[in-house]
Amino acid sequence: MSAIFLLIGISLVVAVGFLIAFLWAVKTNQYEDDYTPSVRMLFNDTPSDNKEQTKPE
Amino acid sequence: MTEYTKAGQILKCTHCGENCVEETILANGKSFCCEGCKLVYEILDENNLCTYYSLNNRPGISQKDQPKNKYGYLGDTVLREKLISFSDGIKTTVNFRVPQVHCSSCIWLLENMSKLNKGIISSRVNFLKKEVTILFVETEIQLSGVAELLANIGYPPEINLADEQAAKTKTDYSRWYKIGVAGFCFGNIMLLSFPEYLTGKSVLEPSFKLLFGYLNIALSLPVFFYSAAEFFRSAWFSIKQKFINIDVPIALGIAVMFVRSIVEIILQTGSGYMDSMAALVFLMLVGRWFQNQTYHTLSFERDYKSYFPVAVTLLKDNVEQSIPLSKLKVNNLILVRNNEIIPADSVLLSNEANIDYSFVTGESQPVKITKGSTVFAGGKQCGTAIKLQVIKNVSQSYLTELWNNEIFSAKDKGKSEPLINIISKYFTVGIILIAVGSALWWLPSDFHKALDAFTAVLIIACPCALALSSPFTLGHIVRVFGKNGFYLKNAAVVESMAKATDIVFDKTGTITVAGGSQVVYEGEVLTIEELTALKSLFNQSSHPLSAAIAQSISTDVQSVVSSFSELPGKGIKGRSGEMELKAGAAAFTGAFDNGNIKSSRVYININGKYKGVFSLNIQYREGLNEMLHSLSSDYNLALVSGDNASEEKTLRSVFPLGSVLRFNYSPQDKLDFIKLLQSDRSKVLMVGDGLNDAGALKQSDTGISVSNNLNNFSPACDAILEGSNFQKLPLLIAFAKKSSIIIGISLVISLLYNAVGLSFAVQGLLSPVFAAVLMPLSSITVVAFVTVSVKLLAVKMKL
Repeated sequence: MSAIFLLIGISLVVAVGFLIAFLWAVKTNQYEDDYTPSVRMLFNDTPSDNKEQTKPE
Repeated sequence: MTEYTKAGQILKCTHCGENCVEETILANGKSFCCEGCKLVYEILDENNLCTYYSLNNRPGISQKDQPKNKYGYLGDTVLREKLISFSDGIKTTVNFRVPQVHCSSCIWLLENMSKLNKGIISSRVNFLKKEVTILFVETEIQLSGVAELLANIGYPPEINLADEQAAKTKTDYSRWYKIGVAGFCFGNIMLLSFPEYLTGKSVLEPSFKLLFGYLNIALSLPVFFYSAAEFFRSAWFSIKQKFINIDVPIALGIAVMFVRSIVEIILQTGSGYMDSMAALVFLMLVGRWFQNQTYHTLSFERDYKSYFPVAVTLLKDNVEQSIPLSKLKVNNLILVRNNEIIPADSVLLSNEANIDYSFVTGESQPVKITKGSTVFAGGKQCGTAIKLQVIKNVSQSYLTELWNNEIFSAKDKGKSEPLINIISKYFTVGIILIAVGSALWWLPSDFHKALDAFTAVLIIACPCALALSSPFTLGHIVRVFGKNGFYLKNAAVVESMAKATDIVFDKTGTITVAGGSQVVYEGEVLTIEELTALKSLFNQSSHPLSAAIAQSISTDVQSVVSSFSELPGKGIKGRSGEMELKAGAAAFTGAFDNGNIKSSRVYININGKYKGVFSLNIQYREGLNEMLHSLSSDYNLALVSGDNASEEKTLRSVFPLGSVLRFNYSPQDKLDFIKLLQSDRSKVLMVGDGLNDAGALKQSDTGISVSNNLNNFSPACDAILEGSNFQKLPLLIAFAKKSSIIIGISLVISLLYNAVGLSFAVQGLLSPVFAAVLMPLSSITVVAFVTVSVKLLAVKMKL
């Protein structure tokens, strides 16, 4: 049964990890704007370079 | 690449997608509606940023009506300090509000600003707040340069005095932390308490029981001392003010639970109620967070400062210089351009000016002002640039003086007490009586049982469900309103709306469509020459109708008008070339008046022949009739207008009999009118739009501001209603009224749960498991009930 002591310790450590992750996310303003990142990730990284290849100038 | 509409030859602007009506500029095989749009395209093309156009079809903002702002005043060190958020001497971060942001192309372009100027290191958009944060090197590009660059690519930053003074506060996330901590502790305490739930007698070895108990105490410490602190603070504050709010019984319940649990665990007489306590704190924090989710991108506290410009063009020895408004002094000479706002009461030095006071006084027509007359702050110049000499300080002008009224310094208007506070008074007293009563009942026979019963009553009565019912109901209602283009400052507005007895409307811009009247011409078709001559004729006259008609005629050429005369009550006449022109009343121009007096009409006679008629229709909002009709049965309606009484007849026919209609009211008169109504125990709901309503909106119990563009100025108010949803107002008020019924039913449900719990508690039979099940269950029932019923009600009322 002493395994339970260990397991409870581990479970608490994991839970504290998630708590810290949440607090960190709030602190770094990740809840400040929940729309723009969803658009931003769809942009190509170097759209202007692609353009140059197709447009002879 | 060219595109033809069904009508034929009309090209669409490559940049903004609008039809090229006035002019079409062809460049690079693409068409543009104005120089501004072409310029933006060229900037983007040069820098290989044309992906902007491939992300969305014609995503630009038309540059036609964009005033080209000057940002030279941003060089002012005081102003600069207030605007920038961070600077280490080399790199500077600045936050600009860019209301034009509307699509993904905007985000893309603004985030690629570093390609336009090497001084800009990076830029990031917050789409919801319509803000862009720019990191730049000041040796490469000035702050004013950044602002100009933004304006050049079609996103002029909005800078105003209010920004300048606003503290750079970020959203307060302390409640998020509290919820996070409470949620974490609540989950773990529940887990550790789980063995207790399974059987009455513990299956655990005593050592485990002890460990779990101490772990529970450890986990409950942050809940009690950190997450729940706001309940204690609020309860203490209200007791100090000799007043009992809902936080008093909550704080009492939490405190008793905490102390009794610690005693039980340490003395090993029981397992305590830590699980219930953590659950309650967690749920109630979530409830408060839910209620306070408001529209932080909208501003409800604006005063004249956010309407006024930040900078003015100062004329010194005939040199134009941009200075911050705060540095403007009496006797300064200033230049005000087309569509700019006059910052302070001044004397006109130019020959004439055309001032639109609609926002200040509610007058719908621009006023013509001649040299030497006074122009008032807040008016907007329409036409060529004018020179002014300032005669009063900004804060002492006719309009801005309204803000010196005491109502603006009062922190909160004496808003009526929310229902929940009234209930909590009786509730708290009742609970304490029951607790003391049951303690006294057991005291003679069993001291332990008396103590048990006393604490159990306080624990089980902790009004969690009660405290959650109104935040969730109101929170849901605020969301339903938001979906319908009606944005509340906070949830308490729902309750004050529901109590309204009188509704007062402003006229211009509120029940009429902003942008004023619509000029329609009927009759013989006029030639270009005739139109030009007429425009010149109307330009001579200072009558408001003339100004409106002259504005509606779109010819650029001017012709000379000779022998002009104005005949009061009849009209105007003059000569232009070979044409003898007459305009005015029907009899004066030899026209037949069909008795239609619904609109202001100006008849035209050229060379002795009746030609046609210009009619000015004030455009009322759609559905106004129906709206007033449906409101008239339950409310006293009134209208206060700063405009003249010319529309009185029409309005009398629209408003129900017995409504009070007042005209020529100054902003102060409006405020006093509301006060007068309130002195008669009326609860007033004021619907307005302009600066002239600001006092009345503030004085009223519920001030609703109607706005056609949410990002535009709206005066300080409790709620903002989108102009397009104006006719929904009766429905919205009815919905707010229904909310009190939903809150009432949910209160009954939570009180029933309390009654069940109390019946066990007074007998001293409250087991931890029972508490841990009953208390969250009651909260969840109440929350589920109000959520479902508000949603159903919204569907039923088609909101």
